[in-house]
Amino acid sequence: MRDITLGQYFPSDSVIHRLDPRVKILSLIAYIVLIFCTFNFVSLALMAAVVLLIVLLSKVPLKMYLKSLKVIIVIVVITSLLNLFYGTGEPIFQWGFIKVTWEGIKNAIFVCVRIICLILSSSVLTFTTSPTDLTDALERLMKPLKIFHVKVHEIAMMMTIALRFVPTLLEETDKIMAAQKARGADMESGNLITRIKALVPILVPLFVSAFRRAYELAVAMECRCYRGGEGRTRMKQLHLANRDYISIVFTLLVIAGVILLNIFFKFAV
Amino acid sequence: MDYISVQNVTFQYESQDDTETVSKKQVLNDISLEIKKGEFVAILGHNGSGKSTIAKHLNAMLLPSSGKVFIDGMDTADEKLTYDIRRKVGLVLQNPDNQLVASIVEEDVAFGPENLGIPSDEIRERVDEALKAVDMYDYRLHAPHKLSGGQKQRVAIAGIIAMRPDCIVLDEPTAMLDPKGRQEVMDTILKLNRENGITIVMITHYMEEAVLADHIYVIDNGKMLTSGVPREVFSQVELLKKHRLDVPQATELCYKLRACGVEIKELPLTEAECTSLLKEVLR
Repeated sequence: MRDITLGQYFPSDSVIHRLDPRVKILSLIAYIVLIFCTFNFVSLALMAAVVLLIVLLSKVPLKMYLKSLKVIIVIVVITSLLNLFYGTGEPIFQWGFIKVTWEGIKNAIFVCVRIICLILSSSVLTFTTSPTDLTDALERLMKPLKIFHVKVHEIAMMMTIALRFVPTLLEETDKIMAAQKARGADMESGNLITRIKALVPILVPLFVSAFRRAYELAVAMECRCYRGGEGRTRMKQLHLANRDYISIVFTLLVIAGVILLNIFFKFAV
Repeated sequence: MDYISVQNVTFQYESQDDTETVSKKQVLNDISLEIKKGEFVAILGHNGSGKSTIAKHLNAMLLPSSGKVFIDGMDTADEKLTYDIRRKVGLVLQNPDNQLVASIVEEDVAFGPENLGIPSDEIRERVDEALKAVDMYDYRLHAPHKLSGGQKQRVAIAGIIAMRPDCIVLDEPTAMLDPKGRQEVMDTILKLNRENGITIVMITHYMEEAVLADHIYVIDNGKMLTSGVPREVFSQVELLKKHRLDVPQATELCYKLRACGVEIKELPLTEAECTSLLKEVLR
C-alpha cells in the first residue's frame, strides 16, 4: 500500500519527458478534441498513428500502457457491442432481435479506437510528467482565469499539498489499522455493511490526525513567510525550448491533417 | 539591547470548559530573556510549561498579552514588521512530517525564498547552499516521505536556512526522532551555530542537549525558574528536582555520590568530565 505511485510517473529522459508540461497538456487537450472530430477511417488512422508514435518516443515500457488499457477493456467491449447491435441500415446478419449492419461495425470500430487512443494519450501525459510539474503547469495555464476571480494559486497550492500528504496519510492509515487490529478490530469478515462499519474506527482517528497535521502545516507555512500567491516567485521557471516549438508545430500539423482528411475523404466511407 | 529581547512578557488565552464558563489560562507569567547574536541558547521545561509558547513569540506567531518582544530592535507587535521578523527568525517545529510542503526535497527548501519573492537564479543558489549546509544535497531530488526522521528534520532546517535568517528557533526538534536522527540534527544545529554564526534558540527537554548551549533558561509553569550557563544551572540539583526536572546523568551520579560523602567539588556535565573526575577520586 505504501508504494503506490501517484499518477504513475515513470522517470526516464525521453524527448517526451523533457517537453514543457504546458505544451504537453495543451497538446493532449487538442488531441482529445481531434479524436472526436475524426469522421472517416483515414483521419482515424492518422490519429492512431500519431499516438503510437508518441508512445514509442516516450520510452515507457509498453507493459505500463497495456496495464492502463486493461482497466478500461470492459468499457471498450460493452460500448463496441452496443454500437455493433444498434447500427441502422441494411442488416448483414440477423438473429432474433440482434442485427448487425455495416453502419454498426463501423461505429464499433470507431468507438473502440477512439477510447484506446484517449487512454493511451492521457497515459503518456501522466507517465512522462511528474505530479509537481503537472500542478505547476496547470497553475500557469490557468493564470488567465484570474480575471474571473478564480483563485488559481490557491488551487495549485492545495493540489501540491494534497500530493505531498497522500503517502503520509496512507502510512498513517496502515498504522491505525494495525493499532485497531491489535485491539481486536475485525476488518476482514462480514458482509459489505459490517465491513463499512468496521472502517469507522479507522476513519475517525485518521480525520482527527489530518486536521492536526493541517493546523501544524499552516503554522509552518506562516513561519516560512507564506502569504498567498501575491509577490511569490518560483525557483523553477518554465522556458520553451526548441523541442517545444517543434512539438507545437507537430500538433498544428496533425490538426490541419485531420481537417484536410475529413474534407477530402468525405465520401470515402 | 540584545538581538532578541523578551521583556516581562505574559501570555494568556481564554478557554471554555464544558460548563461554558470562560476562564483565562495564564501560559506565560512575566518572562524576560536576552539573547545575543551568535549565541546558542537552550530553553528547558516540562510539557505544558509554556516553552513552545515562548518559541512562537519569537517570530510573531503569537503576540504577548502584556510586555514586549524585540527582534533586532523590531517590535513583534508591529504588524508591518511581521514578515521582516519571520525572515530573520525561522521556526522549526517538532514534527518534521507536518512542515514539509512539496513532494520534492529541493522544491520544499525553495518554498521560503519563493514566498519572499526572490529572483529564480538566487533561489537556486540559496537552495543548493542550504542543502549543503545540512548535508542533504545528495537527496535534493528525493521525495520527503521516503527519508528518515532525522533527514526530514534536516530538510526542514534547510528550508529555514534558505531564507538566510539570523536566528533559528527550534521547538523540540529531536523529540520525535530516534537516537541516530537526534544526533544528526544536533550535529547540524551545532555546525550552523559554530561555523555559520547563526543564533540558535533550542527548546528541549533533553538535558544532554541543553548542556551544549552557551546559556540555559529553565521555565516551569510559565515562570522563569532559573537561568545561567549550563554549569550554574545544573549545579542547582535540589531546585530542579523539586520541580521534577532532571539533570544530566553524569551530574546526577556525582550529586548522589557527594550526598553519600564522596568528596566532589564541582559537579560534572558530560560523561567525559564525569569519568575523569571519578578517576581522580578513586586514585
